[in-house]
Amino acid sequence: MKAESKELPTEIMELQMGPSHPATHGTIKFNLKLEGEKVLDCDVEVGFLHRGFDKSCEQVTWTQVIPYTDRLNYASSLINNVGYALAVEKLIGAETPPRCQYIEVIVSELARIYDHLTCCGMASSELGAITAGFYMIEAREMITRIVEGLTGARLTVTYVRIGGVKHDLPHDFAENVLSTFKTIRKLLDDCDRLLSRNRIFIDRLSNVGVMSQETALSYCLTGPILRATGVNYDVRKAFPYLIYDQLDFEVPLGSRGDNYDRFVCRIREIDQSMKIVEQALAQLPVGPVWIDDPRFVLPEKEKVYGSIEGLMHHFKIIMEGIHVPPGETYFAVEGGNGELGFYIVSDGGGRPYRLRVRPPCFIAMGAFHEMIKGYMVADIVPTFGMVNMIGGECDR
Amino acid sequence: MAETDSQLAAVQAKLGAKVIETLRSQGDDVVILDRGGLRESFRLLKQEPALDFDFLSDITAVDYWQKKEPRFEVVYQIFSRARRARLRIRVPVPDNDSAVESLVPLWRGASFLEREVWDLFGIRFIDHPDLRRVLLYDEFVGYPLRKDYPVNLTQPRVPERTVNGTFVDERSRNKLLRLKKSLGSKL
Repeated sequence: MKAESKELPTEIMELQMGPSHPATHGTIKFNLKLEGEKVLDCDVEVGFLHRGFDKSCEQVTWTQVIPYTDRLNYASSLINNVGYALAVEKLIGAETPPRCQYIEVIVSELARIYDHLTCCGMASSELGAITAGFYMIEAREMITRIVEGLTGARLTVTYVRIGGVKHDLPHDFAENVLSTFKTIRKLLDDCDRLLSRNRIFIDRLSNVGVMSQETALSYCLTGPILRATGVNYDVRKAFPYLIYDQLDFEVPLGSRGDNYDRFVCRIREIDQSMKIVEQALAQLPVGPVWIDDPRFVLPEKEKVYGSIEGLMHHFKIIMEGIHVPPGETYFAVEGGNGELGFYIVSDGGGRPYRLRVRPPCFIAMGAFHEMIKGYMVADIVPTFGMVNMIGGECDR
Repeated sequence: MAETDSQLAAVQAKLGAKVIETLRSQGDDVVILDRGGLRESFRLLKQEPALDFDFLSDITAVDYWQKKEPRFEVVYQIFSRARRARLRIRVPVPDNDSAVESLVPLWRGASFLEREVWDLFGIRFIDHPDLRRVLLYDEFVGYPLRKDYPVNLTQPRVPERTVNGTFVDERSRNKLLRLKKSLGSKL
């Protein structure tokens, strides 16, 4: 009997997973230490998509930074636009008109829905629930169409400007959004029926990648990963910006901090975001979408082509860039994956002196080894999926 | 306004001589701290019930080359979840001895953030458990976010790395040889 309980000799195996592994959407490398299938240690290597965002931003004018911010988290590029514009507006000391603020809230929440649908759809299709994945991708495609109708681009939108938005909403926007939400709710109900009582799906997610509240706080995590542990921190509630304090919405919280809670948090956040958009559309005030300040706003085309002053004004803003007073500021918005902060230093010129993004994914990848230690190799894929690492933002 | 004024006053009272200056910038509270005993200062900021800055948002640095002396500033964004108040800590760091104490014992998330600052600015963090480059590769020469690093500088080519125990394709070995031959003594 004793011979049976004797343990087999094991050897610690080192395995490199990535950088282009088919199941990790995003270029990232895990240097794993394995004992059988158990992960003993995991060293995360990031930076494969590093393209020098900070350095590039120091070379261009304040407005030219906006297309770069699109390419951070390209699943929620509108939130990045809004976050950057709000940070610069804070440094300028300008406040945009109410209609602009409502539009910025609407587009942020659309981007959040898009981001969460991407994350949940990909995660479920990686676990074999391909149908649910396709339903969510279909819902995502509808959001993309709305965004395309609004901004002209599907991913790299460059819609928000410093001191306003590029242009007002199209006339059939509200109608489109509301009818799309009806379809998305139906699709999400279908997904719910496919997933929420699906034994395989639940077994793969629940009690995997567990993180306690203390660990999550110690690792500076934000967003759905932190809220899945039960910590109520959402930038929209804690430090309200735009008109979020006038809207009625809840912050979904988890309790165990495992992958299943993260999934549920995201799905429930989609519901809340749709609620926010519906409220904002109902309350949408009439008015201008730009601040009334010629220092930051391009003149109308009639003035540019009809008068020398208008032409000079246009030329100055395009060539020199807007002048942001010297100073520094930090402004954070709630991005798809957590607190998306912009720390800006201006020396008074037409270009940023220093522009730093607080990337929520990068910080989450710093805690990844803690989430996966002690679980199986196969658990890496769903855990990584629920972190929703986006290379563009993680590596900048 | 009164709330934040009292916050700055409380920080000043607790940290005393460590505080070089307190100021308000665009509605944000800023404290400029001395880098000596930095971890102890942050321990007070985190654990004193009156301050209670329990969440570290971000660590970054700014290079004020030929603009300011000392040259670097390491910038910390912290906030208190209970009081819902943010605070920014700036720590001046001179060029000839660019090092500050690491905050990893207080917040484990500081590890990745400090590695990034080390990677891009070359500011060392004393007692950091694992100070390696994070975004760039080990062979990268220089620190790209310093202002004296030209934006169009190209980096030398790097030979293929051999990792112990991994399968190496002979074809790539030949590639390495060719690379060595073409670069000559530069490698």
